[in-house]
Amino acid sequence: MESPAEPIVRIRNLTKSYRRGEQRVPVLTNISFDIAAGEFIALMGPSGSGKSTLLNLIAGIDKPDGGSLTVNGTDIATLSEAELADWRAANVGFIFQFYNLMPVLTAFENVELPLLLTSLARGERQARVDLALSMVGLADRTTHYPSELSGGQQQRVAIARAFITDPVILVADEPTGDLDRASANDILALLERLNAELGKTIIMVTHDPHAARSAHAIRHLEKGELDVAP
Amino acid sequence: MSVPLSYIWRNLAARRLTTLLTAGGMALVVFVFATVLMLEEGLRVTLVETGSPGNVVVTRRSAGTEVQSIIDREQAAIVESQPEIALGEHGLQLASKETVVLISLAKRGSDKASNVLIRGVGSHGLELRPQVSLLSGRMFRPGSTEIIAGKSVAERYQGTGVGETLRFGQREWTVVGIMDAGRTGFDSEIWGDADQLMQAFRRSVYSSVIVKLVDPDRFPEFRARLEADPRLTLDIKQESVFYAEQSQLLANFISYLGMILSIIFSIGAIIGAMITMYASVANRATEIGTLRALGFRRANILAAFLVEALMLGAAGGVAGLALASFMQFFTISTMNWQSFSELAFSFTLNGEIAAKSLAFALVMGVAGGFLPAARAARLDIVDSLRAA
Amino acid sequence: MHFLKLILRNALRHRLRTGLTVLGLVVAILAFGLLRTVVDAWYSGAEGASAARLVTRNAISLVFPLPVSYRERIRRMEGVTAISYANWFGGVYVTPKNFFPQFAVDAKTYFDLYPEYVIPPAEMKAFVIDRKGCVIGRKLANTYGFKVGDALPLRGTIYPGTWNFTVRAIYDGAQASTDTSQLFFHWDYLNETMKKAGARKTDWVGVYVIEISDPDNAAQISTEVDAMFRNSLAETLTETEKAFQLGFVSMTEAIVVAIRIVSFLVIFIILAVMANTMAMTARERIAEYATLKALGFGPAFLAGLIYGESLAIALAGAVLGIALTFPVAHGFSKQVGTLFPVFGVSPETIWMQAAAAAAVGVAAAALPAFRAARVPIVEGLRSMG
Repeated sequence: MESPAEPIVRIRNLTKSYRRGEQRVPVLTNISFDIAAGEFIALMGPSGSGKSTLLNLIAGIDKPDGGSLTVNGTDIATLSEAELADWRAANVGFIFQFYNLMPVLTAFENVELPLLLTSLARGERQARVDLALSMVGLADRTTHYPSELSGGQQQRVAIARAFITDPVILVADEPTGDLDRASANDILALLERLNAELGKTIIMVTHDPHAARSAHAIRHLEKGELDVAP
Repeated sequence: MSVPLSYIWRNLAARRLTTLLTAGGMALVVFVFATVLMLEEGLRVTLVETGSPGNVVVTRRSAGTEVQSIIDREQAAIVESQPEIALGEHGLQLASKETVVLISLAKRGSDKASNVLIRGVGSHGLELRPQVSLLSGRMFRPGSTEIIAGKSVAERYQGTGVGETLRFGQREWTVVGIMDAGRTGFDSEIWGDADQLMQAFRRSVYSSVIVKLVDPDRFPEFRARLEADPRLTLDIKQESVFYAEQSQLLANFISYLGMILSIIFSIGAIIGAMITMYASVANRATEIGTLRALGFRRANILAAFLVEALMLGAAGGVAGLALASFMQFFTISTMNWQSFSELAFSFTLNGEIAAKSLAFALVMGVAGGFLPAARAARLDIVDSLRAA
Repeated sequence: MHFLKLILRNALRHRLRTGLTVLGLVVAILAFGLLRTVVDAWYSGAEGASAARLVTRNAISLVFPLPVSYRERIRRMEGVTAISYANWFGGVYVTPKNFFPQFAVDAKTYFDLYPEYVIPPAEMKAFVIDRKGCVIGRKLANTYGFKVGDALPLRGTIYPGTWNFTVRAIYDGAQASTDTSQLFFHWDYLNETMKKAGARKTDWVGVYVIEISDPDNAAQISTEVDAMFRNSLAETLTETEKAFQLGFVSMTEAIVVAIRIVSFLVIFIILAVMANTMAMTARERIAEYATLKALGFGPAFLAGLIYGESLAIALAGAVLGIALTFPVAHGFSKQVGTLFPVFGVSPETIWMQAAAAAAVGVAAAALPAFRAARVPIVEGLRSMG
């Protein structure tokens, strides 16, 4: 339906502020930019710059105060909360700094979790999860609980969970922030593969320049405003 | 699809001590709740079984109990001669003119005394109560100072075993048999020959007349005729109704006290569940945020925590019910305020009580879990993800 | 002072959790106190009984009466200073639900034996003069709104017919434990009415009440009375009034035992709740405990913190629960009316409530305190997520 030139994320005049007591504190002011399909972009900036807020807005877990935010052809700013939940399940894969795995579920079950929101049958789910776990190199860890895995392994489970539903975009908030250098490199390599081989659009927030180098493009945020595109 | 049950269940299992304590508190409440219902049911079964279909008890008007009732010989004769009464062997009416008194007996293993009902029965007395059979020994011989004791009496009172003797009314009475009345009220009685007992107690009047009707449906006409008879001032009641009324006060007492206690105690257990569930929500804020980010809706989160609370309640319910089921081995014996005599009945468990107890436990779970579950569902995704 | 402040601050950190726990404790302590008061009420008859009074009844059982002729024979015995008698009437006021005890008594002598029934002399005089008059207790009067001069009809169950009495006097109890839910009327009136009706059982009394000069002779006089009537048509059984009343209680002992057990169950229920609260609280603060240890505080300090917090919560629950027991017991007493003639919270009950709360506080803290005292510093700090 869409022309290939159409960006996957299209942001126009986006504003967001938070209430602190009586005051409104602006976090993002009048931001406009596009992300093309298949991009791997890193958002950088000092803490409080609004980079995580921007990521949350794109991922549809927070709502903008103004402007438009179109992801994959849908203006998500206009969706109701329940519609947004369904939209996230179909379109977004999340990768968190602290992995956010369910401690009481095994690696397999954690990866399977988003598939429970689809109409896939049990057998199909099993096949998909097995494939995803082998793609992240954890085919032999399916029955392990998060507490039995290293940080790097946990993040790989989380990444498998993020792309298991074949989402349009992957959002990663400091995915290497809690990892040692070697594990971080593994994770970044994995993200690069997902981007290169599966064509996933990846938006990553990081303050680590080393991590940012894995991305095709780096955008800087400062006090709620984007730098001029490089 | 919603949050998988294994996720909910394993969270409970992961917090073993907390789950155990919360469900344990609920189990105790369910235990009290179930025990009271079992007691009520035991009392009901005992008294319902005591009355036989088609049997009618005749007592003096507004006497309420057989012990307080007086029926003289003329009145008894009129009652006996009614055409609705079934005929037994030799063409005699199936009627028993009985004398009922209370005697004070000492309990075994203590000197505490309690009132035991002693019933002088006529020749048809046993025939009118098919549920009564001899457990050991033999039936008393008419015209002798022999008596038989109910099973509960024999277990509890001094001098009421086979071969033992009791002294009252200036005579020695020998116990020649123990009767098993199938857990009915007769298990708590002593039976002897009506004429002998009346002589001993120097009574010239009966306490009650028990008759069996040809057809239970003819009871209304039987009652109407006797009530219309100006020579009689009698209460005519179906035996089942008579015995149900006998324990009304005791049954009400158990029921009220039990319900009040269950409600008050359940407040404690509900608070326990609430504390646990609030903590569960607070400790898992990040998980809740993550689930929401993955696309689970608020309703899924609400349901997940409600199911968790329900599981807690179910665990408490099953444990409490299991505990209560052991009470079936016990028999409780207490004075029935209305008849003033000792009555033994046991804790009786049935499907309805089990279902009610489990339902009660689930209601406690929901009551304790609802507010925390609502809080979980209301959590803002961004805030809860930041709570790590 | 710092220590106490720390305990209090800790207790108030989870206001909702602490508040709920205190609420649970209040309910449990209140229920425990009420159940103990119910048990006390059960024994109140025996509690109020005098050691200087004996009760003589028919040896077969209370249902059997004694001839009125025994009166003179007992009165002449040595050590006996006064005698009176009473019959249980067992009447119904409007419906059987309105239960209160009624006795036909010897109007001239009965109240001399019971100085705890305080009656204004003028009303007493009016009662003695009116053959169909009756004396009722203050609680009975308050429950049904009876006043002096009111008509009071009773439907007899043992003595047939409707009996119309007039309230002539209202007695107050000399002590809080005095039963003021009873009704007394003239035994002569009962006896004569029964005679006129042609009843066989006349000139019989239910029980004799005997006053003796020295309570130490109670056993001996009892034996002598019973010996005097051995092998007569109506053999007697004499015991102290207290033993007589306890006999009644023992008949319903199963219920008393059940209520006692249940009263402790509620303490166990709240113990489970409280132990859970302390366990959760301690688990969440493991990192803090490790930090305190790293700063040089000993295991005893940590245990003290946990015990202190647990006891502070238990104390709050106990104070509120005990304070509420009085108004709730009062309300309950009003509701049940004459069913429990004496329904008062005893000092012993309050002590038991306080002790139960303290026991819950200590028991709930035991395991968390033990764990906190033993947690290795490094491991505890690591759990600081």
